[in-house]
Amino acid sequence: MTSALINVPAKAKRGDIIEIKTLMSHIMETGYRRTATGEVVPRDIITSFSCRYNGIEVFRADLFPAIAANPFITFFTVATESGKFDFEWIGDKGFSETASASITVE
Amino acid sequence: MRKQDRSTRRQFLGLAGGAAVLGAVPVVTLRPAEATPATLAAAIRNVVGTATVRTGKVKLDVPPLVENGNTVPMTVSVASPMTPDDYVKSIHVFNEKNPQPNIGNFYLGPRVGRAQVSTRIRLADSQKIVAIAHLADGSFWSVSVDVVVTLAACADEVI
Repeated sequence: MTSALINVPAKAKRGDIIEIKTLMSHIMETGYRRTATGEVVPRDIITSFSCRYNGIEVFRADLFPAIAANPFITFFTVATESGKFDFEWIGDKGFSETASASITVE
Repeated sequence: MRKQDRSTRRQFLGLAGGAAVLGAVPVVTLRPAEATPATLAAAIRNVVGTATVRTGKVKLDVPPLVENGNTVPMTVSVASPMTPDDYVKSIHVFNEKNPQPNIGNFYLGPRVGRAQVSTRIRLADSQKIVAIAHLADGSFWSVSVDVVVTLAACADEVI
């Protein structure tokens, strides 16, 4: 079950700047909260996000506990050619999720 | 009979109110370590090294008054043509009073087309947020914004 939401325009003109919106379902536990008995809740966050466009990395982010739960990241890219976007989220406790979206460039 | 009913109701309300006050006290007194202006400066030094940071070019959009610090929309943009010679390499966002000074590092390139990134952040207190952009020519540009938070994010929360 993938828990990612991706919004990439299906079509674009060559050279257009397109907006990409991504959301990954994740608790983003900061590691600073405590239970009622005083124990620290261990940190569990996504630490890294990247986006590749036909295999070439166009955007990457390092995330910290100050990013809200269910990290929502939007950024832009230039539509150069038809192809595929690959998204990857990597985090604590072996968290690793991928998603992809395709685009037709005219 | 009626009189007795009323007194138990009053007692109950009194007890409930007392319990609520007792419950609230530890939340207020538990103050975890927070990033200080010194750790903020150190985190910025980690990124920029010895380079000078100038003010300008960067725009940070955060609501000036935030009701819920758990999720605060934030948009950073940099005035840059984003050509192969003149583009934004990275954008780094810092805060003053969360437990950690870093919020996020975003690595862009000329293929991004527009130097703008949006996300949602957490703010543990009313504080200053700093965004720094690293340009292709090696220069650093910054902006800082003050945000007032009425309900702080998780750091103080007991679950």
